[in-house]
Amino acid sequence: MKTKPITTLKSTTVALPVTNVDTDQIIPARFLTTTTREGLGRHAFADWRYGPDGTPKADFVLNRPEAQGCRILVAGRNFGCGSSREHAPWALLDCGFQAVISSEIADIFRSNALKNGLLPIAVEESVNDWLLAHPGAEITIDLEQTTLTLPDGRSVTFPIESFARYCLLNGVDQLGFLLGRDAQITAFESTHP
Amino acid sequence: MPPQTLFEKLWNQHLVCPETPDTPAVLYIDLHLIHEVTSPQAFTVLKERGLKVRCPDRTFATMDHSTPTLTEQVFGGVPITNDSAARQIARLEENCREQGIELLDLQDQRRGIVHVIGPELGLTRPGSTIVCGDSHTSTHGAFGALAFGIGTTEVGHVFATQCLLQRRPKTLAIDVTGELPRGVAAKDLILAIIGRIGVAGGTGHVIEYRGDAIRALSMEERMTVCNMSIEAGARAGMIAPDQTTFDYLRGRPFAPRGEDWDRAVQRWQQLPTDAGARFDRQVEIDASSLEPMITYGTHPGMVMPISGNVPSHPGDAVFDKALRYMGLTAGESIRNKPVQVVFVGSCTNARLSDLRQAADVLRGNRIAGGVRMLVVPGSQPVKQAAEAEGLDRIFVEAGAEWRESGCSMCIGMNGDTVAAGQYSVSTSNRNFEGRQGAGARTLLASPATAAATAIRGRVTDPRELLS
Ligand code: SF4
Repeated sequence: MKTKPITTLKSTTVALPVTNVDTDQIIPARFLTTTTREGLGRHAFADWRYGPDGTPKADFVLNRPEAQGCRILVAGRNFGCGSSREHAPWALLDCGFQAVISSEIADIFRSNALKNGLLPIAVEESVNDWLLAHPGAEITIDLEQTTLTLPDGRSVTFPIESFARYCLLNGVDQLGFLLGRDAQITAFESTHP
Repeated sequence: MPPQTLFEKLWNQHLVCPETPDTPAVLYIDLHLIHEVTSPQAFTVLKERGLKVRCPDRTFATMDHSTPTLTEQVFGGVPITNDSAARQIARLEENCREQGIELLDLQDQRRGIVHVIGPELGLTRPGSTIVCGDSHTSTHGAFGALAFGIGTTEVGHVFATQCLLQRRPKTLAIDVTGELPRGVAAKDLILAIIGRIGVAGGTGHVIEYRGDAIRALSMEERMTVCNMSIEAGARAGMIAPDQTTFDYLRGRPFAPRGEDWDRAVQRWQQLPTDAGARFDRQVEIDASSLEPMITYGTHPGMVMPISGNVPSHPGDAVFDKALRYMGLTAGESIRNKPVQVVFVGSCTNARLSDLRQAADVLRGNRIAGGVRMLVVPGSQPVKQAAEAEGLDRIFVEAGAEWRESGCSMCIGMNGDTVAAGQYSVSTSNRNFEGRQGAGARTLLASPATAAATAIRGRVTDPRELLS
């Protein structure tokens, strides 16, 4: 099965200068009693984004007019820590984000994001600090070159697992790859206790 | 062969295809545990692609996250209040029936929190790879298994192929020397470890806990330690199997029997890390210097000895925001802070020994006026065992609510929640903002600390109440 290939992404950023943003913030547990992936965007950051009566809080970054249409979220260190809920990347994608930048991204979140075409981009602390201090900066992420280009033309490279990158660039789905290993799996099972 | 760590042995024994620069390893999964919250979308993908679950006999299902804990809702036919939770539960039943997966349904007396029942049933075994769409799968590492949480897409991968694509993580040895002082629990130890290495301290690593203090722990205590490995950001936590492990597993419903058991034990005895094996990192902790611990902030790394004062980090806006959320100020002592809710439960601390520790403190006491205390056993077998020794009466006579098993107030998905602004001393594993309910203020601690706090209605060092 093919998915939509991703090569480059150019967008302005939304900055969330908070460290250790956990998945309970990205999508609170009370919204997890769903059986589908769709429609979670309106609950993203629900407790930071809305007051107790459900009205949007004007001072929360995602509610500001300049945040509308931004496809890149920049956050503090250790983004996505906590639970394994894939509802977190689903919610961010449903909000329109296509990449998350942080100086450190938690393991399970990173893995979940890559499987859904949300780019988890880990950059050096100094670059991340610059991005957090310059919300709305227009940046370009080039997945082929694995570079992130800042508005002043400065380019930095970011690490990304090679196979996940290949799959994203070519629209290859990882389950298809695994299903193609059927013979090896069967051989393994015949000797495995 | 060069000396290997416990992790390396398990990794190598489960490689269907080794990793290359271009492709991750294909890793075989021995046991796949599933529950109602993270599985429905994976079943949908399976159906859309016309696939079946490859190994239903390696898949085991329970319901725990959004299930009710009120007896009349579990056994009395009173409908579940939350429609979408009820639908999720019905969907799991349907999916398991279609795919031939064994499910412990709501009324099954073996049911419970996925990380409590796996070991209890003897499904969790040394030397095996175990995954579940839940980050606290790290719990099962206490048996010398490689156990980690996965997302829903990966749940689908395991359904269809019994395998996962994985890059090999790094290894971190945490050597715990000395002896835990009286009144200091396994929960205090793991909170102290997270305080020391930080909530991202284990990112990209599998932790092996070693040393005399770890060897001295019971299986239940080892599970408490491994459970919270994810709270340090680690992929998994592991403890080498030994006689304590074998004694716990022998005779469990799904444990091997007869000659199979003897052969299994022989295999398991080969698993501990070889002398001279190398870890990518190593950390040492002295258990004898520890005190009961309590969190004061909005992640488990914001933790301190219960006798301490809330630290200050001038100029750190995120730290200040966390303290504002918690209604605490830098420099203040947390002892004697009035508390409205006490929760004894969760996959961290709701096994029989945890309930005994809470009951020991509560015996003959009543909880303070204005405090609501909820005791939620980790599984139905834990509940029955606790009742057989009269622990339920101690809790009820003290004024606590005694419930059916489930995740309950650990995650607040089933209606068991803490109200905005209230303080809760909780034996669970996450004090994130809103984890126990929007606006709830969670202080993580051991079962003994929770019970002592319930009696006084204020944060209390349990050692003050232990004669
Ligand atoms: S008890 Fe809490 S941490 Fe454990 S599985 Fe349930 S929700 Fe997750």
